[in-house]
Amino acid sequence: AIAIEIRDRKPEDWSPLLMEAWGDVAGDPARWAQAAEKAGADLLLVSLSINGADGKPTTPDQAVKTVKSVLEASGLPLIVFGPGQAEADNQLLVPIAESFKGERLLLGLCEDKNYRTIVAAAMANGHLVNARTAMDVNLAKQLNILISDMGLPLDRIIMDPTTGALGYGFEYGYSVMERLRLAALQGDSMTQLPMLVTPGEEAWKTKESKVGEGVPEEWGDWKTRAITWETLTSVMLLESGANVVVLRHPESLKRTREAIEDLMDMDRNP
Amino acid sequence: MALSGIQIYKLLPQTNCKDCGFPTCLAFAMKLAAKQVELSACPHVTDEAKEQLSEAAAPPVRPITLKSNGYDVKAGNEVVLFRHEKTFYSPPGLFLRLRDSEAPQAIKARVASADAYEVDYVGIPLTIDGFAVQAEGGDFPAAIAAVREASHRPLILIGDAPALNAGLQAAGNHSKMLLCHAGKDNWQEMAALAKESGAALAIQAVSLDEMVALSNKVKEAGVEDIVLAPTQRGLHGTLTASTISRRLALKKTFRSLGYPIINFPGDLGDPAQEVVAAAQAIGKYGGYIVLDHFEPATAYPLLVLRKNIYTDPQKPIQVQPGLYEINDPKAEDPVLVTTNFSITYFSVANEVEGSGLPAWLLVADAEGMSVLTAWAAGKFDAERIAKAVKAFSVGEKVTRKQIVLPGHVAVLSGELEEELPGWEIRVGPREAVDLPAFMKQAL
Repeated sequence: AIAIEIRDRKPEDWSPLLMEAWGDVAGDPARWAQAAEKAGADLLLVSLSINGADGKPTTPDQAVKTVKSVLEASGLPLIVFGPGQAEADNQLLVPIAESFKGERLLLGLCEDKNYRTIVAAAMANGHLVNARTAMDVNLAKQLNILISDMGLPLDRIIMDPTTGALGYGFEYGYSVMERLRLAALQGDSMTQLPMLVTPGEEAWKTKESKVGEGVPEEWGDWKTRAITWETLTSVMLLESGANVVVLRHPESLKRTREAIEDLMDMDRNP
Repeated sequence: MALSGIQIYKLLPQTNCKDCGFPTCLAFAMKLAAKQVELSACPHVTDEAKEQLSEAAAPPVRPITLKSNGYDVKAGNEVVLFRHEKTFYSPPGLFLRLRDSEAPQAIKARVASADAYEVDYVGIPLTIDGFAVQAEGGDFPAAIAAVREASHRPLILIGDAPALNAGLQAAGNHSKMLLCHAGKDNWQEMAALAKESGAALAIQAVSLDEMVALSNKVKEAGVEDIVLAPTQRGLHGTLTASTISRRLALKKTFRSLGYPIINFPGDLGDPAQEVVAAAQAIGKYGGYIVLDHFEPATAYPLLVLRKNIYTDPQKPIQVQPGLYEINDPKAEDPVLVTTNFSITYFSVANEVEGSGLPAWLLVADAEGMSVLTAWAAGKFDAERIAKAVKAFSVGEKVTRKQIVLPGHVAVLSGELEEELPGWEIRVGPREAVDLPAFMKQAL
């Protein structure tokens, strides 16, 4: 399945190509959610920023309001990621979990250094959790065990083994995912969970995607390069076992969709 | 897979006569399985056993090298289905296809630019590997000659037997080429042509059963260097055909499919689909990938993907330790520290470059590991950093002695203060992507 990542506020550090692709909706999560749905997303991922536009830390109320506006704007299943720092994640995700009991959100990021609070909130309010580890088969299994030991059933845990973008460590994530999926197919219950990765975030962090001027001539046309970078990263990760890829550009979504339809269609191009 | 000791033992005389220098045939068999001794050490082996044993030793996927004028394109020689099981060995050759329906001048221009294309990735120059020329009723020899004027890289020739015959003359015989395709109707002609010219031969079939039948016939006709050319084009079809062929070759030592595979993602017609299909072929067993569309913006990511997939997982790519200058730093500019794992170095270097701010980048030797991995393995600590500072005489190059540690190893700052008296120890961000903001505000 394909998710589109939308931010709780207008991103200042995203590539101009992304801002151009989404236009003015990029400042309004509700309209952005609708645009993403129209672009063909199966799910939406709201990533919360550490600070508001005013530079002050994002408050729980602001976070709840953002999630509420997205839920009202689109019926697509929703993933909510905290800013990626323990205290902020806990502070924002718990009220979200409580405010939207029964919405079956996917909450992230659970990491070995911070998962208990989020898992407890997910357990109490019928949500799922995204368990992220740093490209390592054993760490992935260990976190799954720690979380399920808290009482959260395995079918409410999604594995996120992390990925690097093409050229920036991609092959490490690719091989870890192949190993995890092979282990699952060979009966290792602690790896028999869906896998989610964020090639959009990673690919658009690279200089190849972010920057158009002052780059080697051999890099070629900026837009084609950036979209190809995200698309190849996501399609290759799909082929290594990813069940959900989170993307940022609508054109990469379209191309990844075509690849999925081709791969899943038994009698197309026989 | 090679035969096990027990399987080899069954083929030996089992008389324990010790003529081979080992107490028993079983001991000799074990040594043979481990490839530590030659079969010839046993004078009593039957011919039939000898043939079976040498056949078992042949690589499960036949190595084939296309050559011309000093260029080599290696394919085959693979032993695993998944790179993490050991490593992949022969990065697939990327070939650009030209057609004899195009004017020779146009062909020369396209070939010249693709041939000269070279892009740098972590200090490694990446290029495409050769050209495919397809006969479509035009002047095939002239098209080949036009390609040869602009490039000396290996060639793949595609056409029927008469066209290929004429084409082989124009291409000159000092190089090793690949001829496409032998099918169930013309395989005799094509096999003869391949044997005569010493070229490898691609066999085309719509199903695996047909491919196996064709492979056996062509081999019996005396062609050794065979390439599999499944007719499927979509992602699903090529993935299935390639995976099943490679799995049978590796897991069952199924010789009839134990050959490199050629893919034609260009046949999908649309450049956006072509680059995705080419990417899949890089990951899933393509030996030769023939592209119809060439532009830097798609060639660069494909070449990087090929480098990533075919990097030996046990040997991360490293860069030379040393003091690197970024945006021509002066004596008062800061010194940033990182490790010599290529991806770490290039992530940091790219970010600092992108920030436009001058800085000295001290790359410590951490045996090619990233910051966190090296620190965890004790290969990136205060002592090693201090040693690098002295080894590359950083102190003499800067007046304002300020050194910035990566955020992930902030814990080292105390020890580093002791190791580097007189230096101001700063702690930078954990992720390279946050370096520009950090350098602007904090330095």
